[in-house]
Amino acid sequence: MPGGILDLKARWIPYLVAGAAIVAYPLLVNDYWIDVANFLGIYIILGLSLNIIVGYAGLFNLGQAAFFAIGAYSTAILNTVYHVPVLVMLPVSTILAAVFGYLVSMPIIHLRGDYLCIVTIGFGEVVQIALTNNIFGITGGPNGIVDIGRPSLFGFHIYQPFQYYFFILFFVLLVAAGIKRLENSRIGRAWNYIREDELAAKSMGIDVRKLKLLAFVLGSGLAGVAGNIYAAKMTVIAPGSFDFLASLLMFCIVVLGGPGSTVGIMLGAVGMFVLPELFRGFTQARMLVFGVAMIAMMLFRPEGIWPARRYREEIRSEEKDTASLT
Amino acid sequence: MEILSVRNLTKFFGGVTAAKGLTFAIEQGEIVSLIGPNGAGKTTVFNLITGIYPPSEGEIRFDGRRINGLPTHRITRLGIARTFQNPRLFNSLTCLENVMSGQHCLTSAGVLGAIFRLPSQRREETRINETAGRLLDAVGLARVRFELAKNLPYGDQRRLEIARALAAEPKLLILDEPAGGLNEKETQDLMELIAWIRQKGVTVLLIEHDMSVVMQISNRVIVLEYGEKIAEGTPWEVQNNPQVIEAYLGREEDEL
Repeated sequence: MPGGILDLKARWIPYLVAGAAIVAYPLLVNDYWIDVANFLGIYIILGLSLNIIVGYAGLFNLGQAAFFAIGAYSTAILNTVYHVPVLVMLPVSTILAAVFGYLVSMPIIHLRGDYLCIVTIGFGEVVQIALTNNIFGITGGPNGIVDIGRPSLFGFHIYQPFQYYFFILFFVLLVAAGIKRLENSRIGRAWNYIREDELAAKSMGIDVRKLKLLAFVLGSGLAGVAGNIYAAKMTVIAPGSFDFLASLLMFCIVVLGGPGSTVGIMLGAVGMFVLPELFRGFTQARMLVFGVAMIAMMLFRPEGIWPARRYREEIRSEEKDTASLT
Repeated sequence: MEILSVRNLTKFFGGVTAAKGLTFAIEQGEIVSLIGPNGAGKTTVFNLITGIYPPSEGEIRFDGRRINGLPTHRITRLGIARTFQNPRLFNSLTCLENVMSGQHCLTSAGVLGAIFRLPSQRREETRINETAGRLLDAVGLARVRFELAKNLPYGDQRRLEIARALAAEPKLLILDEPAGGLNEKETQDLMELIAWIRQKGVTVLLIEHDMSVVMQISNRVIVLEYGEKIAEGTPWEVQNNPQVIEAYLGREEDEL
């Protein structure tokens, strides 16, 4: 085969360039842009977490910020009151968010898309209002919680933006790799079957309810991971960061990026996060430009920036179906 | 040995009685056809057996076990797999992925197994792949394994659906109008496929409108009309049963 090895090398070049750019990024920009990247990283994890629920299992969830909040607040409270190190809180916050995910989704998981969506919006609001009203006197009300500890491992303390950058990058890669493997397993395939045809999936012996619950629990647990990292990065958290707009932002990242596609979610997060930053020059018109960009996106590329192959097929075939009706 | 026995099976949908006191049994290794005019309740019977709806009355026993009231996925796990009247494939997935779905209930790797690629999970994945590949080969679709299901011609979609059902390694295979919409050549291939499936030890229950298929492959035929069983017997017996002829062709005028 002529040029077989060269082809293989050529395939890796974009990845190498991207990898080098990601590593070199904090050396090339100022702290402000490093912090933009840090938030981007946290939102990539959130996008990936919601992608399990929305992209793989096909369930609507517009309250993902609630699980993000549970992760962040559990870390903040136990760290500031009981001085539990934030890294120790990482698995605790994850499990706690997953447990809440289970409790919330268990009674409603059989609901159809739109109903499920409303319930999740409601839950998101309940959590945010509870935090604002200083529930049990532990959330600090509208001012939130301050002086959260920073991550430290074997005496090494993370406190500078570029250190956080690599800390967050590590988690983004870990989560993305784990999800990629899950996607290519029998669990990932089962989610695809359910999304495509629930009745056929059932008839093939797939426990639809259990797998939907699993998607919800994993997705909410992962949002708890993002919450923990967020609390440790900010050291100050307040209910305003976990409002409906945050849930909406995550939802847009998934839908615009490409549901079911890990790379798509990353690009979607870049789009949702970096574009508004770039448009800062437009001041008042910033959100307008952003809104127009989103509408254009839905019109010209409804399957997302980098769609998973199956989603492109699903959306394009639906278009064909409706086109043939007219 | 009876693999499936249905006793006094009844299903009401509001005021409509879709199945009325049905009693029949299927022996291990048989090919049994369920026939009857449109609206006779044949598909309802299939949906009751596979747990899509619970029966209003009566009992369904499979392999010595009462299965009515069990959820569909549990019934599949016990060994009943089916196809649908209109193929319900996972359209945006490849043929191979479609067939792999049948193996889901026979495998057990979980989230951690997948994330850490445990040896047991990798072995299982290999097995799923091999089984699916072998079944695609058996139904003659090996060359389109990476093609999306929706791009297949209709006849191939039907075969793919059968391969998918077989991947669940059922003891009883239920086919809902497998020859529907097939041409003569495809129908011939289908009959060969069904004969091959029976040879593998799988019992087959099918609904079919194509009488030449029914008469050629069935060991026994059960005839339904208005949700009731009106006849049962060998293809020859059923063909010559006056009640069946009446159900299909109507009564002769002078008998009225």
